[in-house]
Amino acid sequence: MSPSLITVAYLASAVLFILALGGLSTNDTARRGNLFGMIGMAIAVLVTIIAFVSRNLEILIVIMLAGGAIGFILSRRVQMTQMPELVAILHSLVGLAAVLIGFATFMDSSIEYIGVEKTIHEIEIYIGICIGALTFTGSVVAYGKLSGMIGGAPLMLPARHWLNLVLFIAVVVIAVRFVGEPDHNQATMLLLAMTVIALLFGIHMVAAIGGADMPVVISMLNSYSGWAAAATGFMLSNDLLIVTGALVGSSGAILSYIMCRAMNRHFISVIAGGFGTSGGSSAGPSIEGEVQTIDTAAMADLLNAAKQVMVVPGYGMATAQAQHAIADITKTLISKGISVRYGIHPVAGRMPGHMNVLLAEAKVPYDIVFEMDEINDDFPDVDVSIVVGANDTVNPLAQEDVDSPIAGMPVLEVWKGHTTVVLKRGMAAGYAGVDNPLFVKENTRMLFGDARESLEALAQAI
Amino acid sequence: MIAIPAEIHRGEKRVATSPEVVRKLIAAGFEVTLESGAGTGANFSDDIFRGMGAAIATDAESAWAAGDLILKVRPPEFNDELGRHEIDLMSTGARLISFIWPAQHEDLLSQLAAKQATALAMDSIPRLSRAQKLDALSSMANIAGYRAVIEAAHHFGRFFSGQITAAGKVDPAKVMVIGAGVAGLAAIGAAKSLGAIVRAFDTRPEVKDQIESMDAEFLELEFEEEGSGEGGYAKVMSKEFIEAEMALFAEQAREVDVIITTALIPGKPAPKLITNAMVLSMRDGSVIVDLAAEQGGNCEETVPGKVVTRYGVHIVGYTDLPSRLASQSSQLYATNIYNLIMDMCPEKDGNIMVDMDDDVIRGATVVNQGEITWPPPAIEVSAERKPSFGGQAIKHEGKGSSDKTHDAAIGASGISRFAKSVWLPMILGGLALFGLGQVAPPSFMAHFTVFVLSCFIGYMVIWNVSATLHTPLMSVTNAISSIIILGALTQISSTSNLIYILAGIAAFITCINIVGGFSVTQRMLQMFKG
Repeated sequence: MSPSLITVAYLASAVLFILALGGLSTNDTARRGNLFGMIGMAIAVLVTIIAFVSRNLEILIVIMLAGGAIGFILSRRVQMTQMPELVAILHSLVGLAAVLIGFATFMDSSIEYIGVEKTIHEIEIYIGICIGALTFTGSVVAYGKLSGMIGGAPLMLPARHWLNLVLFIAVVVIAVRFVGEPDHNQATMLLLAMTVIALLFGIHMVAAIGGADMPVVISMLNSYSGWAAAATGFMLSNDLLIVTGALVGSSGAILSYIMCRAMNRHFISVIAGGFGTSGGSSAGPSIEGEVQTIDTAAMADLLNAAKQVMVVPGYGMATAQAQHAIADITKTLISKGISVRYGIHPVAGRMPGHMNVLLAEAKVPYDIVFEMDEINDDFPDVDVSIVVGANDTVNPLAQEDVDSPIAGMPVLEVWKGHTTVVLKRGMAAGYAGVDNPLFVKENTRMLFGDARESLEALAQAI
Repeated sequence: MIAIPAEIHRGEKRVATSPEVVRKLIAAGFEVTLESGAGTGANFSDDIFRGMGAAIATDAESAWAAGDLILKVRPPEFNDELGRHEIDLMSTGARLISFIWPAQHEDLLSQLAAKQATALAMDSIPRLSRAQKLDALSSMANIAGYRAVIEAAHHFGRFFSGQITAAGKVDPAKVMVIGAGVAGLAAIGAAKSLGAIVRAFDTRPEVKDQIESMDAEFLELEFEEEGSGEGGYAKVMSKEFIEAEMALFAEQAREVDVIITTALIPGKPAPKLITNAMVLSMRDGSVIVDLAAEQGGNCEETVPGKVVTRYGVHIVGYTDLPSRLASQSSQLYATNIYNLIMDMCPEKDGNIMVDMDDDVIRGATVVNQGEITWPPPAIEVSAERKPSFGGQAIKHEGKGSSDKTHDAAIGASGISRFAKSVWLPMILGGLALFGLGQVAPPSFMAHFTVFVLSCFIGYMVIWNVSATLHTPLMSVTNAISSIIILGALTQISSTSNLIYILAGIAAFITCINIVGGFSVTQRMLQMFKG
């Protein structure tokens, strides 16, 4: 196959990938976009196999089929509530692949580089492996945290910022020695040493970030996996990899930015770890007032008497798998002529768009699902707001108390509605460690217990 | 021990508690004594209070003596029947919560101080969002506004609502409300629900939204002046403004049937807004309800405490509108007091403490253990709070000339921040690119160009992705980032076993990723079909 033909094929793939991402701008074009993505990937893989694979083809096909089968089974078996875990573990694979390909390229002596080109090539390999390695371990730790294998609390090593700095300096120092190291074995050792440091760095970086910052972490790792691909593209002088990597990298970066903005936090401070670590988590005014509870029967009466109902889901809905129960209630209420809408905070859940996926799974019509900015002004007209397992995203302190760790974070103003019912296991503070005065507001009622059981009982009662 | 004596002010029907609040106070560990007949005016009988667990004292003297915390509505005054001042009936060192109006009653403060008393004035509670549940002035203003409309309807000879009947068409009444504070907004709401056409005027332009949210028409002046004073109250306006305002009122007076005025400026007599001439120009049978009667009235013809008819117009100057709705006022006032007591009794064990570090308690306390603590020091407002219903919340501080200098300061720092945020990275980026161009070979620069342009394409495309689809976006970008498999494919045919194995593993895991990523995306998007 001529080089120009390969380039054209790669160009087609790149265009298809851009169309794939562009398609996601609306629900109607999204599936077509995904199809474009698949076609683009198929073209790229087939052309590369035809052009470059001269031996080991049979084994390659076996390997690819096996991998594909595993991926397919994974994707079919995963529950929608576990999407963040799946995405995290898939990111780790991209990172690992970048490391492996980096090492393979380094050991490949079939192409001789000289002078500046050699230096640049070595730097490309070095950066590619470095990003790949930290994406790998970072994603594995993120997976552990999301699946509950590792505790969600941020790991607070003493002098952790200094530790990060030392690791970073070590990576730079090794880089300087690695570039231009004539002895291949010596260079390999340096590369391995850097890989170990990058692996440790990835572990530490994500371990220091807490559970509710996961949307940022996942987006950030998404971004890194893209940059790893782009670095590999430089390494292999492959424009398709560079284009795709840059697309994915900027996509992840934008998502991280959106998530940070939704929490009113700086990207740097999220990465540096820990919510409210400077302020002390129990700081801020303690709540005065009485919690007023409600039972499912009374709540059913409340809902039946309402004209406008707003559902505000949070991560608690995902953990309790309560999306089907709330969808049933929604259906019943709508059939009684009651308007039901959903208000979604951008960081509700553990990854961007997590709640939307769960609601879509439970067949909640998406035209009643709104983003925070779209519906926040409507709360004064809402008769009943149902808060399912959300806490910090509905905390009025974010607006009222400038000293609060969550001060300035945009929140859903449920307390402006006539009545709010909060479904919650107990009175524990939210992830940010801040008490929530919403729970003791006059127009708030608490329904304690497992969200799914409560909602199923409620569905019966309506 | 809480004691609630009967009110002795003439015509006062309210009482400082309600049966529900008595029950809650007893639940919080207090003992409660009421003077017999204290609640009669508000339709709360002694028996109801007894049923809630309160003790009933037979006369005023024993009621006052029974409590170390006295709850009242009106400020203490001279009891003609007993020939003694109410403060003399208090036991030494007792506490009092009531309306006190310390600015008008400095003599009361010294009498209370002489008794070693502690007194909290419900009228001196600072207007903080946190203290809204204690804000008895708003509670009473709300009732006054409602009652004003009821009084107007009572004296007005026609329906408020428009009707088409077999006996002909009835036009709806037109009501103008001047001043859209708590009372004004309550009046708007009440008049609206009776079916009248309601217009409202206020010097503070920010209440326009509140007026319009209640479906009333906001009367606007073609005049630029900001009427918000400190603490969400109105301030004195310029002469030109007042002239324009008066012209508007004169024009409206000829047209409307009912005028309800609620205009007050703190510490000043009420502004005269409705002149003789305007009253004269109104149709016979029209009604003016002057809620500012106690401070002299907004209408020149108002006689405080009375209803008078001038030029055929009924002018209601009642100063006791809340007392005319005694059950409701007592209930709300009692709840405000209950909230205050609960703020002072965090343990709910029947012991209260006056925490002078608490801004709200500090503001309300006018006498503390024999020492006059009024007026309180100004409260520093730490942050802008959103105005809430009735404009009770704190408004922007520091209006006026200081704004200009403030803006100028922001302007200057804005420029330097702009310089730092935009020019510095641009210059650094430019230098870095120059350095790169010096050393890098052309082949690298070609790739680099592709890279940078792709970043921008990604940036443009991703911002258009709907937030609903962020999870599918992540899974699909995850799938396409596995394009890294091309690296493995180019190496798999290597003759070196190590490279071959590394490439093989890489191909294997990226395949998991490609198929898994696309397939799970497809599965999710299927659900979004809707």
